[in-house]
Amino acid sequence: MNDKPLLEMRGIKLKFGDKTVLDGVDLSVQAKEVLVIMGLSGGGKSTLLGVLLRLLEPSAGKVIFKEKELTKLPRRELNKTRTHIGMVFQNAALVSSMTVGDNLALPLRELSDKKPDEIDKAVDEKLDMIELKDARKKLPDELSGGMKKRVGLARALMLEPELVLFDEPSAGLDPIATEHIDDLILELKEKHGVTSIVVTHEMESAFAVATRMAFLDKGKIIFEGTPDEFKKCDQEVIKKFLAPYLAHEKTEKKT
Amino acid sequence: MIAKIGAATISFLEELSSLYWLARETGAELLDRLAVQRSPFRLADFFFQTNRVGVGSVPMVMMLSIFVGLTMALLTGYQLQKYGLVTLVPSVVAIAFTREMGPLFTGIVLASRIGAAFTAELGAMIAGGEVNALEAMGIGPLRYLITPRWLAIFVMTPCLSVVATVSGICGGAFISNLLLQLGYGHFFDQVMSNLLVKDIVAGVFKSFVFGALIGLIACYKGLAVKGGAVGVGIATTSSVVTAVSCVIAFDSLINIFLVIFFP
Repeated sequence: MNDKPLLEMRGIKLKFGDKTVLDGVDLSVQAKEVLVIMGLSGGGKSTLLGVLLRLLEPSAGKVIFKEKELTKLPRRELNKTRTHIGMVFQNAALVSSMTVGDNLALPLRELSDKKPDEIDKAVDEKLDMIELKDARKKLPDELSGGMKKRVGLARALMLEPELVLFDEPSAGLDPIATEHIDDLILELKEKHGVTSIVVTHEMESAFAVATRMAFLDKGKIIFEGTPDEFKKCDQEVIKKFLAPYLAHEKTEKKT
Repeated sequence: MIAKIGAATISFLEELSSLYWLARETGAELLDRLAVQRSPFRLADFFFQTNRVGVGSVPMVMMLSIFVGLTMALLTGYQLQKYGLVTLVPSVVAIAFTREMGPLFTGIVLASRIGAAFTAELGAMIAGGEVNALEAMGIGPLRYLITPRWLAIFVMTPCLSVVATVSGICGGAFISNLLLQLGYGHFFDQVMSNLLVKDIVAGVFKSFVFGALIGLIACYKGLAVKGGAVGVGIATTSSVVTAVSCVIAFDSLINIFLVIFFP
């Protein structure tokens, strides 16, 4: 068994002007796990995902993906490596002038050697997976928030990445749509062996998908462990963060 | 006062260096793409943009040039009539339009019509996180978004400039025939005999420069958007103002250069 992590962050620091957003983040992710990163709003969770893909340049630290230091790769190599990492954005970030089908076909058209009929087939498969086959010719503006997120997820999977980053995948969605997204994340892990990093505030979703959890506070990872260890964590900020969820869980158990 | 001038100079130099960076990075992304033997941009995107920049701008460029040509011939003709030199009108209109008015009006129309559209479009993409998404996928967003737009405006500006020049001359011919008693045959004979190759080359050269400038400024302003919808509005205004100012400034510089070195 290979124990080397798929992704490692070592001492990641990031400043916006005088404000320190990330203050020495150390985190590693093993293959085929679902790491959920939680934290207070504005705590730098989404920023951390941006640093992982080098959409933002850290002021210090290293990001190592499959033993390659992303923070040092030249652009061509970096772009090649990015094709192994999918990102599902909070707002889906679909290209608004393109239909759903074209959005999904885009990475394959631009980055693969697949022929048009193979691309069509791959788009159909992914639309089938997210249960949006009828949306192929629709523009993103014609979709609901949940549908957009599912299309965003499908687009992130078009190049069959080994690692998928989810930025608030279920924020603002109804419970059914949230459950669907959670099921897709679990399906990715179980059926396709995809590793995921999920940034979320939604406790139920987090506990439904996580194999490991981390808590980011004031730019630092202050907790890393299993979901059960997270629930039992005695750090003040985490206790406060978890209190409403645990109270709700307790009430549900009683009833 | 000095502090204000200093701040404005620094801001101007920063903008200039950002424009240079954008051009350099786009070029580097294009070369990366060519190095892996892939097409640097999709032809369909390029043709879509050329259709929008070129074909879509023809009516406005034609209409504007016809009216300006008409006015120019009329006013020049009335002044020259006093000295019995009305026969000079065709050559004045032809040379003015070929060297100056055609490229300049095309530049101004494209800066306002297409430059604004490019900036607003790219700005909205930045605000919606679409450019970040392209980058995250490993698709060079500069190459993917800028190249077809910039190439389209670079190629289509000289073509539209020719349309503007021909339209302006035709407008001049029409009014000269109607009010200055200059027949069409005489008008176009004079145009052909007085127009020199260097006038045509000067006009075409200017058009390429204007196209390159407008494309670069519009794309840069769009990709530099900050602050959502308000930011897009500010950037669009700034794009049009900067592009029109640059077109006029470069027009003067090129004229000085051409008059000194190619009199």
